[in-house]
Amino acid sequence: MEALYLLVPLSLAIVALAAWIFLRMSDSGQFDDMEGPAHSILHDDDRSPPATKEGTDDDDNARS
Amino acid sequence: MTTVAIGAPAGAPGASGVSNAATTYNYKVVRQFAVMTVVWGVVGMLVGVWIAAELAWPALNMDIPWITYSRLRPLHTNAVIFAFGGSALFATSYFVVQRTCQAPLFAPKLAAFTFWGWQAVIVAAAITLPLGLSTTKEYAELEWPIDVLIALVWVAYAIVFFGTIARRKTPHIYVANWFFGAYVITIAVLHIVNSMALPVTWTKSYSAYAGVQDAMVQWWYGHNAVGFFLTAGFLGMMYYFIPKQAERPVYSYRLSIVHFWALIFTYMWAGPHHLHYTALPDWAQSVGMVFSLILLAPSWGGMINGIMTLSGAWHKLREDPILKFLVVSLSFYGMSTFEGPMMSIKTVNALSHYTDWTVGHVHSGALGWVGFITMGSIYYLIPRLFGRTQMYSTRLIETHFWISTIGVVLYIAALWIAGVTQGLMWRATNVDGTLTYAFVESVKASYPYWYIRFAGGLLYLAGMLLMLYNCLMTIRAGKAVDAPVPAVAAAHA
Repeated sequence: MEALYLLVPLSLAIVALAAWIFLRMSDSGQFDDMEGPAHSILHDDDRSPPATKEGTDDDDNARS
Repeated sequence: MTTVAIGAPAGAPGASGVSNAATTYNYKVVRQFAVMTVVWGVVGMLVGVWIAAELAWPALNMDIPWITYSRLRPLHTNAVIFAFGGSALFATSYFVVQRTCQAPLFAPKLAAFTFWGWQAVIVAAAITLPLGLSTTKEYAELEWPIDVLIALVWVAYAIVFFGTIARRKTPHIYVANWFFGAYVITIAVLHIVNSMALPVTWTKSYSAYAGVQDAMVQWWYGHNAVGFFLTAGFLGMMYYFIPKQAERPVYSYRLSIVHFWALIFTYMWAGPHHLHYTALPDWAQSVGMVFSLILLAPSWGGMINGIMTLSGAWHKLREDPILKFLVVSLSFYGMSTFEGPMMSIKTVNALSHYTDWTVGHVHSGALGWVGFITMGSIYYLIPRLFGRTQMYSTRLIETHFWISTIGVVLYIAALWIAGVTQGLMWRATNVDGTLTYAFVESVKASYPYWYIRFAGGLLYLAGMLLMLYNCLMTIRAGKAVDAPVPAVAAAHA
């Protein structure tokens, strides 16, 4: 199974890369806050303002 | 509490004249990919319904070589996976990475190249596959010049995506970007390794691997494409669009991070389950089976995390068809990620392999999970990209949801029954050891289910046509708007 001589080292290299990225990011504090990021995407208001006259905003008032 | 920061043009749309490249998000490429997602969805599913009809009524190929089942089948898979699914992944990843990093896309010209390059790949596939030009590697049928273009587009994609992350204004990288990032990197590796070939002419090449080696590389690619293209990428969508549409934070952010790393560390070796009872060494088959079974844990963790995001907001499911798409996609994800590990067990695989059960399983993931999460995400995006507050018709989304749900259920239930019937008929033996049934008898027994599968596919396609109409009407009423980037990163908890 010569193919495995390619695939096994390749997979191990990818896992090693993933482990390296994980440890580096973990050390840099990327995973310290496990609550805030879930909320912060909700604070990003991406709704379009009405572009045309008839576009009535009935649901935009619900959140601000 | 609003997070429009000091200095941001509060309430001012990115109206033409006021906006410039530095202060607005790059929505143009998102718009292009979002619209093409719907267009390629219709095309790819139409080809799928057509070949389902050819199976049920073989005379439909009319003896024209270009439209035989064998040539249209790879066209269907390429169109739905790489044209429909791929465009959806480009659109959503470009949108999510910009919004969560609060930075416009890095290298906008390169981003434009990914759009036109990817469309060129799709058109080239639509020409070469019916002509019978194929490497014969499943889900990697395209010949080498197209493979080279795919690799170029993918490198450009990686530069745009990671460049945007590098210039982010927020310190934290949102979990959806981790999933998108893993998918971008892994697909590059998989594509390049599996497509290694020796070209002999412009339209013909020979794989760098032979025999069972080639099969092993092919399914290492094939199953990891399922894992990283059709799972990780779409989980990125899930972790962004479900919380946004439900207006609830993800149930457990910690679990989402665990989900990501668990998937990354355990995915790579599921591929050999495609080669049970073949010339592949027994131990390699068993490794594939064990890793497939392990995958059940992170998959279900992610599914539960997504569904529980709605806890306390279940009532929203009643009136919001976009949320219905997004949440029901997770139930299909849960079903197919349970079914997959079960089918990878060698004794189960002895019955299921080569039957329509496999096809049913794939479509439970493809139509139910990938299709539904894409439809929900695109319905979320289209109004925001075209300056509208909502889609042209919410009732049409509701109709789309119900007819495609009925379509999926008909499709997978029919092929479960057909698959088990085929498996049992093929293995049935008489007391003297001879086979009870000729192969053609199992084909005959499958016909009723192939009619039902055709009907299910037709319903799903009809839903997609409603979506196309709904999107076109929304776009007609609106106009392309690029949202402003907040000048200063808003307070992040």
